Amino acid sequence: MNMEDGLNLTLGLPGRDESDKESCFKNNNNNKRSQLEMNDESNGSSDHAKEVDMENAPATKSQVVGWPPVRNYRRNNIQAKKASETESGMYVKVSMDGAPYLRKIDLKVYKGYPELLKALENMFKLTIGVYSERDGYKGSEFAPTYQDKDGDWMLVGDVPWEMFMLSCKRMRIMKGSEAKGLGYNV
Amino acid sequence: MLTFINYRYVVKCKVSYSIETCNVTCFASLSLSSVSWLLFSGFRERNTYFHYWLLSSCKSISSIHHIMDLNQKRTRMVDRVDSVDPDLVSPESTPMCPFPDEVLEPVLSLINSHKDRSSVSLVCKDWYNAERWSRRHVFIGNCYSVSPEIVVGRFPKIRSVTLKGKPRFSDFNLVPEDWGADVYPWLSVLAKAYPFLEELRLKRMAVSDESLEFLAMNFPEFKALSLLSCDGFSTDGLKAIATHCRNLAELDIQENGIDDLGGDWLSCFPETLTTLQVLNFASLNSEVNFNDLEKLVTRCKSLRVLKVNRTINLDQLQKLLLRAPQLTELGTGTFTQDLVTRPVADLEATFGSCKNLLTISGLWDTNSLYLPVIYPACASLTFLNLSCAALRSFELAMLLIHCKSLRRLWVLDTVGDMGLEAVGSWCPLLEELRVFPADPFEQENVAGVTESGFVAVSRGCPKLHYVLYFCHQMTNAAVATVVQNCPGFTHFRLCIMNLGQPDYVTNEPMDEAFGAVVRTCPNLQRLAVSGLLTDLTFEYIGKYAKNLEILSVAFAGSSDLGLKYVLGGCPRLRKLEIRDCPFGNAALLSGLTKYESMRSLWMSACNLTMNGCRVLAKEMPRLNVEVMKDEDSEDSQAHKVYIYRTVAGPRRDAPPFVLTL
Repeated sequence: MNMEDGLNLTLGLPGRDESDKESCFKNNNNNKRSQLEMNDESNGSSDHAKEVDMENAPATKSQVVGWPPVRNYRRNNIQAKKASETESGMYVKVSMDGAPYLRKIDLKVYKGYPELLKALENMFKLTIGVYSERDGYKGSEFAPTYQDKDGDWMLVGDVPWEMFMLSCKRMRIMKGSEAKGLGYNV
Repeated sequence: MLTFINYRYVVKCKVSYSIETCNVTCFASLSLSSVSWLLFSGFRERNTYFHYWLLSSCKSISSIHHIMDLNQKRTRMVDRVDSVDPDLVSPESTPMCPFPDEVLEPVLSLINSHKDRSSVSLVCKDWYNAERWSRRHVFIGNCYSVSPEIVVGRFPKIRSVTLKGKPRFSDFNLVPEDWGADVYPWLSVLAKAYPFLEELRLKRMAVSDESLEFLAMNFPEFKALSLLSCDGFSTDGLKAIATHCRNLAELDIQENGIDDLGGDWLSCFPETLTTLQVLNFASLNSEVNFNDLEKLVTRCKSLRVLKVNRTINLDQLQKLLLRAPQLTELGTGTFTQDLVTRPVADLEATFGSCKNLLTISGLWDTNSLYLPVIYPACASLTFLNLSCAALRSFELAMLLIHCKSLRRLWVLDTVGDMGLEAVGSWCPLLEELRVFPADPFEQENVAGVTESGFVAVSRGCPKLHYVLYFCHQMTNAAVATVVQNCPGFTHFRLCIMNLGQPDYVTNEPMDEAFGAVVRTCPNLQRLAVSGLLTDLTFEYIGKYAKNLEILSVAFAGSSDLGLKYVLGGCPRLRKLEIRDCPFGNAALLSGLTKYESMRSLWMSACNLTMNGCRVLAKEMPRLNVEVMKDEDSEDSQAHKVYIYRTVAGPRRDAPPFVLTL
């Protein structure tokens, strides 16, 4: 991730070039539409986050919301298929309380919890604090949690990293009093 | 029996009138065994006369009609007639008796098409009343066009409701969340008016778990639930349905924005439930308890549609098929296995024992080793949905050799042009083809299908009338050839995925392609255009597409003229959805008189302004003109506009970003 861009207030992702925002078709009035749509259109659907998150996609043409007109269900099917085929990437959704849209991260990229937490801190511009088995995450109002295969919400950090990678289905960064409750109950 | 009653009564009625003075005309058509009836009636001042003439707009009548000429008591066979035949008219004027209710109501109860019923209700007050009392199913294409109170007030005896909500472009994330179309307000009214409601079919509605619980608890006779492209609920809602709907016959969950919290909803079906006929949970991701599923399938002897999800493996599928050989529609789970615990031959034999299969779908992850097990079931298949299976051309070809009865085929573009050639070779009865992109967002090194595959199919499948085709390149000549080979197109949806892509051979716009489509296909009802298009495309559409009902336009056109052409032509237009086109206020306002005859108009990222929309709203008070505000755009721009006719007035549940002008 490009650390310099991390300080700019933009609606784009860190690391994304401004040049991507050119429209590629003849209609002059649609420059706006060709930008990555990060406002109310991103209603949290994973497929949209996936579309936006494809940092590996060639930057020759920009991605337009809702184009090609393939329904979400079909898009999810395709992503799932690609994931199982290429055996690369273990993407999970990460939501944060109060944020208008979700993000996706690849768990396989990180070697352990410290790296993961650092990445989350960078991504959401917050501090998570220090983990302790007794008290959860002390020193901040945020607690990283994840949903496991049984559907339960667990605090990140309790189980060994490999076990976490296999059982984590999605993540949520809890904020405020909710977070504190989870921390103290652990 | 009814036939004789009809003949007797009709014979007694005399007929006369004059065309010019008749102010309301309508028709109803009935099929009583092999006799097709046309009943016409007109409403002229206080008297009711029976008239016989064919309206050229009567689309739902079959092409051969018996016409009873009352005075001569003879029947005549005619094809659709576009003008009045004076021989059928009697010169005198005599009052006559209308059909008594005892005849009218049973006759009308045979009419199922909601369009025909609409027409019937327009004839006169007697027919309006007879129709409203005999209607059992109500179809509401836009949930905001009418209020639930109005619906229940008019139709006292409904047993089945179909409701559609959000504009279609919400499927592609163009409609913000919380836009509306909440089903709950409908359910609370329906619960009081139709406590014995049996069926509910929802499309693009916002459905919460609370709504599903309410449904499960308040309709004791509830039998069939179908949710397509809905969102807002989770598998907890399904638990409520499974637990409380004692007579459930159909649970059809398709392509929804559902929060999948687990598969334990399936285990909520009580042991006493044996009435299930349709179970579709293919789009859910969580594993269900297989033992419970097997027991459910075993005890529901009338099960005819079973579509499982991807977590069901081949061994489990085999067990299910052995329990339910009577299935007519099957959606498989994952269709491959690392460890083969049962020989492939066993599975093949099982498929062979399913003699009634008409539809197969699912087939996730399948490959050359496992796909052939379905061959024994292919001869009688009419619909094959391979859109989840990334087949290669030869795999598809080997499969299609066995599918000689195929009418509908959905594939991924991984099959390539060669796969489509196989379609043309082996499926002469094909009526519908959908080719989906396996990699819609990949922009370089893409394979997929091209114009030659399209032409190959059209050569071998003359009955093709429905196509949805995603490709990266197309030519005008190819499209012209396709429609020449298949002039019967009713639905033509071509999506050239690269924006603004011209004919890649001549570098010209794709205008002539769509011109050829509308000129050659007189029955065209639905059209989706793409590629580089100028106003000429729309001139063609407005001029030639006389039966067009649904038009989808994206990134096309050069000026206001484009939209003006369409609004000035296309007499049958019902739904128009436009995005990212240079159409402005002048074009919008040119269609003033048209919008009340349409269900809806969607325009996003065009050149509309708030002022233009305000003018429209002022001139047409019976339309809802809704503008969705975007944080990004300036205040004077109308970023997303949704216009629809309504008898319910402005929405009362509009979120803050939706302004009704």
